[in-house]
Amino acid sequence: MALLTVTGLGVAIGNVTPLDGISFEARKGEILGLVGESGSGKSLTALAVMGLLGRIGGRVTTGSILFDGQELTILAEPAFRRLRGKRIALISQNPMTSLDPIVRIGAQIDQVSRLHLGLSKPAAKARSIDLMQQLRIPDAETLHGAYPHQLSGGMKQRIVIAMALAADPDLIIADEPTTALDVTIQAQIIQIIVDLVRDRGLALLLITHDMGVVAQACDRVVVLYAGRVAEMNTTQAIFAAPRHPYTASLIACIPAHDQPEGTLLGIPGTVPGVLNYPPGCRFHPRCARAIDVCHAEVPVLQTLTAGSVACYLQGVPA
Amino acid sequence: MSALRFLWGVARTPRGAVSAAVLVLVILCALFAPWLAPYDYAIQNLPGANTSPNAAHWMGTDEFGRDLMSRIIHGARTSLSVAITAIGISVVAGMTLGAMAGYFGGIFDRVVTAVVDLTWSFPEILIALLLIAIIGTGTESIIIAIAIAYLAQFTRLTRAQVMALRSETYVEATVNLGAGHAHVIFRHLLPNAITPVIVAGMLATGDAIILEATLGFFGLGAQPPTPSWGAMMSSGTAQIFIAPWIILFPGAAIAVTVIAINLFGDALIDALDIRNRLREV
Repeated sequence: MALLTVTGLGVAIGNVTPLDGISFEARKGEILGLVGESGSGKSLTALAVMGLLGRIGGRVTTGSILFDGQELTILAEPAFRRLRGKRIALISQNPMTSLDPIVRIGAQIDQVSRLHLGLSKPAAKARSIDLMQQLRIPDAETLHGAYPHQLSGGMKQRIVIAMALAADPDLIIADEPTTALDVTIQAQIIQIIVDLVRDRGLALLLITHDMGVVAQACDRVVVLYAGRVAEMNTTQAIFAAPRHPYTASLIACIPAHDQPEGTLLGIPGTVPGVLNYPPGCRFHPRCARAIDVCHAEVPVLQTLTAGSVACYLQGVPA
Repeated sequence: MSALRFLWGVARTPRGAVSAAVLVLVILCALFAPWLAPYDYAIQNLPGANTSPNAAHWMGTDEFGRDLMSRIIHGARTSLSVAITAIGISVVAGMTLGAMAGYFGGIFDRVVTAVVDLTWSFPEILIALLLIAIIGTGTESIIIAIAIAYLAQFTRLTRAQVMALRSETYVEATVNLGAGHAHVIFRHLLPNAITPVIVAGMLATGDAIILEATLGFFGLGAQPPTPSWGAMMSSGTAQIFIAPWIILFPGAAIAVTVIAINLFGDALIDALDIRNRLREV
């Protein structure tokens, strides 16, 4: 049973359309990866689901976002505010700047459960400390009274995660939760998030550009390219047999441990800006296998035996 | 309290120490005027009028034979209470207006900014005089007049701070978790914006003492026989060649107090490293 169903979501900012016909669903107890390069629309999708497009002057133009049977695209702001943090929580990108520098970290976690669950101060504190311990934060009771500058980046990110979990949400959207952290800490934090989501049976939408993170954590993957879904499948299937040339290139770019020196791969070119999206398939200028039809016609997302792909080659291997 | 420890640290710098000592002295005078003053400030002694400073009257007497030092000590009470009350009102009102304008933006922001810029373009004294012309003279009136005259400054400063802070990640992060406007403004924006406003308020208190004295000089402030430094200087102008101390000592009191406030404010600005944030207005 899908907790979040996004169908044909289109988002406009002014008169440009950076998101165009995004569809996917997130289920309880499942980790869904949302993958793509910078500018592919990952964070925008997150903002759309959170109802925060107004922050960047955007709006939903087409499609629907159905969360637990409730249509979010038409939800009024006061009702949305009660949803944020309580049912859907967003873990933001940069733990270094996500905590108020002059408020004790404990109070910042407390305020979420006090706001949404109406807990008293001591009850909220006990809950926060318990949560901090689950996140493997050493000496949680002392750190509850610490200020953000006294913590390392990895600890701060755990606090940010604790804030997101404080009111027991059903869906967590993690927008590149480890991008700002050291590689060694990254794997740790991802593992903590994965464990918590599995233990509690939550749905997690994990936004990342790191295929390594996808392989480590996700059950299913949605690959975005230039504001459209390129491919969608289980993680296993995507890595074993990518059907979209873009997905295949992304996976080919992952360095192998025995790779000879000087052979690091990249995808030539960059994601086109929203103002100069090419006609047809938006990936065709960078695609080694593009055929004539790719230049002119937009490929639709087609459901195949398992997963779906938006490509005229339909997953025929190269 | 870390704030008190911080102030103690500032008071131990050379500039901070001198200014803090003077300020403490002035504040003690204001608080304990009836006990510190050697004479009653209102008792007249016409045969002893215009006496030059001597052992019995350290600062001499005025044209009614009243002890000048007693009047200056009591005048500290008038000056400080008017200035601090007025600036206090001004800071609270200015922060509220500025925070709302900076946070909500839109038409409200434009109206507030337009009105504030309009008052900002006139000298404070002109605005205060205009207001007193409307609401009348007296202590309450000049408190209100001074509060409104300085309102623009705090509104602008708070608005600039709030606008800069509004897009901070940690503010957005609390909104992401469902925080409402009041929570964001009172728990995150104002506490982060308050430091430069407090310091600006402190410096404005010095200006307000001068403004209060000026209004007192014009006879618009505290009414006789309540002593105020400005009114004392005003009455001293008539005796300036007979008894120059009548105008000199209140003038010195104003100068010393205001210089001390400015020095201490300067020391605070350096210690807090907020010179740039104060310029943001």
